[in-house]
Amino acid sequence: MKAASSAIAGQPSVMHNGNRSAGKKVRFPADFLFRKLTGFIALLVAITLLAILVALIREGSQALHVFGWRFFTTSAWDPVANQFGALVFIVGTLISSAIAMLIAIPVSFGIALFISELAPRWMRGPVSTAVELLAAVPSIIYGMWGLLVFAPWFSRIEPWINDHIGAIPGLGVLFRGPPMGIGMLTAGIVLGIMVIPFIAAIMRDVFLVTPPALKESAYALGATTWEVARHVILPYTRTAVTGGIFLGLGRALGETMAVTFIIGNSNNLSASLLMPGSSIASVIANEFTEATTDLYRSSLLALGLILFLITFVVLVFAKLLLLRLERGTGKKA
Amino acid sequence: MIMMQENFRNSPRDAALHVPAGAGGAVAGDNVAAMPPVKISVRGLDFHYGKFHALKDISIDIPEKRVTAFIGPSGCGKSTLLRTFNRMFEIYPEQRAQGQIVVDGENILDSKEDIARVRAKIGMVFQKPTPFPMSIYENIAFGIRLYERLPKAEMDARVEQCLRQAALWDEVKDKLHQSGTSLSGGQQQRLCIARGVAIKPEILLLDEPCSALDPISTARVEELLKELVRDYTVVIVTHNMQQAARSSDYTAFMYLGELVEFGDTATIFTRPAKQQTEDYITGRFG
Repeated sequence: MKAASSAIAGQPSVMHNGNRSAGKKVRFPADFLFRKLTGFIALLVAITLLAILVALIREGSQALHVFGWRFFTTSAWDPVANQFGALVFIVGTLISSAIAMLIAIPVSFGIALFISELAPRWMRGPVSTAVELLAAVPSIIYGMWGLLVFAPWFSRIEPWINDHIGAIPGLGVLFRGPPMGIGMLTAGIVLGIMVIPFIAAIMRDVFLVTPPALKESAYALGATTWEVARHVILPYTRTAVTGGIFLGLGRALGETMAVTFIIGNSNNLSASLLMPGSSIASVIANEFTEATTDLYRSSLLALGLILFLITFVVLVFAKLLLLRLERGTGKKA
Repeated sequence: MIMMQENFRNSPRDAALHVPAGAGGAVAGDNVAAMPPVKISVRGLDFHYGKFHALKDISIDIPEKRVTAFIGPSGCGKSTLLRTFNRMFEIYPEQRAQGQIVVDGENILDSKEDIARVRAKIGMVFQKPTPFPMSIYENIAFGIRLYERLPKAEMDARVEQCLRQAALWDEVKDKLHQSGTSLSGGQQQRLCIARGVAIKPEILLLDEPCSALDPISTARVEELLKELVRDYTVVIVTHNMQQAARSSDYTAFMYLGELVEFGDTATIFTRPAKQQTEDYITGRFG
């Protein structure tokens, strides 16, 4: 009886195994090809990244070779005299992005805090969506809005800034200049608006995953919403918030179109934020069609290399910080 | 059942339970006369999560400087009731409470009451330990700083005092500036208790404080409750009936959002007045 049943039970199982291995054999080449193909496509991303880097280094090497370290430290950008220095643009990129961060970080924090802590539930969705839609607006629209709407309006504010903030000893140097509307400060403000959705979305997400019990513990001590946010939520989400800020910074550094419209495109170094300036991205966008000599072209590509390296480092740093949070929450869950 | 009675005999505070037999009536008012002064007086409390009616016409008097336990099956509203005592529900817009909760003669549900003042009087400890993302020292100092500006030396003394009260000082005195999250679960929970008493409350609310702890840590917390009750009115929500029997003076049994029975712990566990209570504590349901 026992033997019989095991024989009966064994029979189909052997057949089944046979079928499966046979099926596997038939499918094998397709499976193999599919795996290789997807692997190759995935690898292509890394190859592309590397290829861009190699191309930038090769094309920019002439300028770096001719000018050496002076390329980074001189501000002369004179295509007629074949003199090229990146300092104005590096400074312009860093300053416009710094202004953008000064505006975007507190505003994003406020937005995220409102959505996660203060807004009634029915408002959360619409406000979140509205903020995310800011990211969907093409940068050329920001550029046009900045040049045609914001700059004329801002030029009417600038005399006031000039007279009041510009009169402060020391700090005032940053805020003196003709009321042109366009310039470093304008570019920074518009950039700030452009990166708000990226920073705010990450802040909101991490604020929402802060354990309710942790927030409640602080509220239970009688802390206000601000105290809870400042001393509990922010320290708890510190890493991810920093990651989000760097993600926004990466965007701001590389933003081209809107900045080109409103930064003023002057190749002079100026202490005042009201004066026009240039960023790496804006000078490339403005001048690549005019780059008639090899050295000129090489200099623009070397600028591209600098921008690539700066944003690459910033974004890698952001990713690492965000990754650390994901691992952290994974452990806690 | 027999085991629980054993627990009572072993309890050092058994002798202190002097409420006459039969006082464990369903209505809190029945045994007011025999009870110590009332600290929290709840009258006609209704609570809603959106459309869900979570607490139905609750009236209960929580005695001062005693341990009161809320027991009942999951979802019966015991935690909800606890969370109305410091208006914790208010941070969630869809939750609301109607009725009266009178603490020291003031209805704390009255929106005119300053929420920070209400919460300063009431400490709370949660189910899972929730140390703040800061050092052990700062975990305690944070709450104190919300109310008082203390010079460094005084703050140090207060922090030490609170950690001693929570029976944690000896274990952490050499690492006060390490992160609060580096402690074990049981230590974290005692840190949370220390943090709760740091603001010098009069009432301490504990929402299943031992459910995430091992038996040894649980025993330590229960011992701690016996110390704390000399200074504080303690209200504890627990899933664990032995814990209620061991460490509380009064017990309230709740079921489906209603207060079924409230009385001194010995009576509730030995001679409950309601069949439902008996069914629950003898393990017939829940």
